[in-house]
Amino acid sequence: MACQNCKSGQDRLSKLCRIIEKNDNDPSKLIPILHEVQREFRYLPEDVLAYIATALKLPPAKVYGVASFYSHFALEPKGKYVVHICDGTACHVKGSMNIYDALCEKLNVSEEKSTTEDMQFTVETVSCIGACGMAPVISINGKVYGQVTAEKAVEIIDELSAQEVANV
Amino acid sequence: MSKQMLNLERIQKDYKTALKKCKRRIVVCAGTACVANGSLEVFEALKKAVRAKGLKVDVKLEKHDDVDCLFSRSGCRGFCQVGPLVTVEPSDTHYVKVKPEDADEIVEKTIMADEYVERLLYVDPVTGEKCSRTADIPFYKRQDRYVLGNCGRLDAEDINQYIADGGYTAARMAYTELEPKQICDMVEKAGLRGRGGGGFSTGRKWNLTLPQKSDKKYIICNGDEGDPGAFMDRSLMEGNPHRVLEGMMIAARAIGADEGYIYVRAEYPLAVERVQKAVDDAEKLGILGEDVFGSGVNLKLFVMEGAGAFVCGEETALIASIEGRRGMPMPKPPFPAECGLWGKPTCINNVETLATVPLILRDGVDKFLAYGTESSPGTKTFALTGHVANTGLIEVPFGVTVREIVYDIGGGVTDDAGNILEDGFKAVQVGGPSGGCLTKDHLDLGMDFDSLRSIGAMVGSGGLVVMNKNTCMVQIAHFFMKFTQNESCGKCVPCREGTKQMLKLLEDIIEGRGTMETIELLERIASAVGKGSLCGLGKTAPNPVLTTLRFFRDEYIAHVEDKRCPAGQCKALAMPEILEDKCIGCGLCSRKCPVNAITGEKKQPHSIDPDVCIKCGVCAEVCKFNAVIGV
Repeated sequence: MACQNCKSGQDRLSKLCRIIEKNDNDPSKLIPILHEVQREFRYLPEDVLAYIATALKLPPAKVYGVASFYSHFALEPKGKYVVHICDGTACHVKGSMNIYDALCEKLNVSEEKSTTEDMQFTVETVSCIGACGMAPVISINGKVYGQVTAEKAVEIIDELSAQEVANV
Repeated sequence: MSKQMLNLERIQKDYKTALKKCKRRIVVCAGTACVANGSLEVFEALKKAVRAKGLKVDVKLEKHDDVDCLFSRSGCRGFCQVGPLVTVEPSDTHYVKVKPEDADEIVEKTIMADEYVERLLYVDPVTGEKCSRTADIPFYKRQDRYVLGNCGRLDAEDINQYIADGGYTAARMAYTELEPKQICDMVEKAGLRGRGGGGFSTGRKWNLTLPQKSDKKYIICNGDEGDPGAFMDRSLMEGNPHRVLEGMMIAARAIGADEGYIYVRAEYPLAVERVQKAVDDAEKLGILGEDVFGSGVNLKLFVMEGAGAFVCGEETALIASIEGRRGMPMPKPPFPAECGLWGKPTCINNVETLATVPLILRDGVDKFLAYGTESSPGTKTFALTGHVANTGLIEVPFGVTVREIVYDIGGGVTDDAGNILEDGFKAVQVGGPSGGCLTKDHLDLGMDFDSLRSIGAMVGSGGLVVMNKNTCMVQIAHFFMKFTQNESCGKCVPCREGTKQMLKLLEDIIEGRGTMETIELLERIASAVGKGSLCGLGKTAPNPVLTTLRFFRDEYIAHVEDKRCPAGQCKALAMPEILEDKCIGCGLCSRKCPVNAITGEKKQPHSIDPDVCIKCGVCAEVCKFNAVIGV
């Protein structure tokens, strides 16, 4: 298995095997396995899905079918910072789409192409984060920011970008 | 008496002894909203400040400890908008919007000298009065926090605290004193109805599962709260996970299950973590596992993380998901009670339903019946959000009116900036994408399962989104239709194709292409989707459209006949207008207008002829004085 991100393809394979073994090679645990694999690789690469199918003795189409059915699973690599804009009812009536539009414009991304060229940011909407009391809400890599405005969201992105530049 | 039975009492006694030695307790809310606002930093700052005074601090009570201050991180307390929230016991001092830099002052005044830090108290925006105790705050005063009772008071991660509060005694009763049939009957007699939205009698559901003959039965807790605008299950799982487990234990006993799953949304990482910890801790103490309370019955519970599919809230789809398949629903019958997970009898209950069960056993059926209405006993938690002054999680008995919720608890309707808008009420959307809209005429309607159903809405999971007069109802219907169309699993044609067409028709209306026929067609498809769909998602998908059509038909008609959006929200129907006081008559707009719709004398305010205007927006773009609005 070819891999650019890990030290070696071997390393990646052993991680994958460990996850599948931990779940007793049980095909009914496909979803927990996909969760763990995604946590490890940040998305579900095609070859990894094929490997899981072989290991669980499932048709690859079934594994792909499950992975593509659930919105939590990503089949494309995502940016370093995944920005989720909550578009639940409460956030929606308080203008969440303005935040989405502002961020799309700022980062030059769209619904079709949600990740920036430099793989730093991915901008997506989610149906509800469940923090409606502080709508509108966005979350970046799981950290929740409440009562966000379009300007504030752009500021947060600027701060993160500045941090990245400082770290290089 | 078995060994396990003694344990509960001993834990209770030890904890209470330890608590007596402890002079103060500081509870910092660590629900999602407060954490997002920095409550964990506040927690650390307070701990540091107390230690700096030379006081002994503890976060977990042990009976031999002699501590001055016990620190607890609680789950969501509901009043998310003014978080981070900090309370100090025993005085019940309630601080809002606390920052780490406030820690020293809180310790010096409240911990050391029993005084209030005035500036951190909640101020009632209506009366301007300061509220020092939780119980004084109007948002809480009008509520009846029965199921949520300990949410925000207990340390969600400390099983001993839960036991000290009487926890797991109802489960013990279920396993050692009651027969399964007795439990089912008790819950049926209490009239508990499923809080997930459908409102089916929980006791009846159990009574249907109990007689099924099988070597294996399953209990499933449905924590896949996908409704946009609702977060009550999240708060319960984060704030009082042991109560949910106890409810599951009772349900498992009632139907004869020895294995169960708690299916939690992946979007709720904190809930997943806390529920998992609760299961682990209960197993360690011997509450869960083999030979529960010495009854000879085993119970094994697993936490399963969902993966982001709204349709998995549907029983049969949820089962498919646990089995590792795509979350697609199956036609019923057979019902899960006969043929569920792995083909075995299975009972699925909602988080809130299960969390209510221990209270029925503990306090008795009569106390439960005293809450709520005759057909809908008990209380219901609602997520109150939208254009309302106090947003958050509330719990009220069934039968409370919409007016009481919006004005007394919610503090009134606000504008987009959050200022109170007198007479600004337009609608309350209830029950999420499955529910409907309530209008001014329903302000005095008592909220319960049947009264909401009678007007085409439903309790749903309990999201209440208040909308002010600047909200366009067609857009709201479009918003929900977009959601259900996105979330439709695609298995059955009425739902897959019907929601798509409904969405297109709504788009036509919003973008000014609609006619009266569009509305008629929309109504016809809506009724077909409702009748023909396989599962609850499709069956209820047309509700937001049908109720808005019913109560706000004028708005739809204004969109298609007059090509006008009464709320001024639909961009395509916008009507540019020149503000007289801002226009200096420079004439730039009239020169740039491609259709010569703008006229006016030089140095005099110009005007736009609406019949000629094509709404291209050039005028607003070129105006240097921001005199053109409405584009």
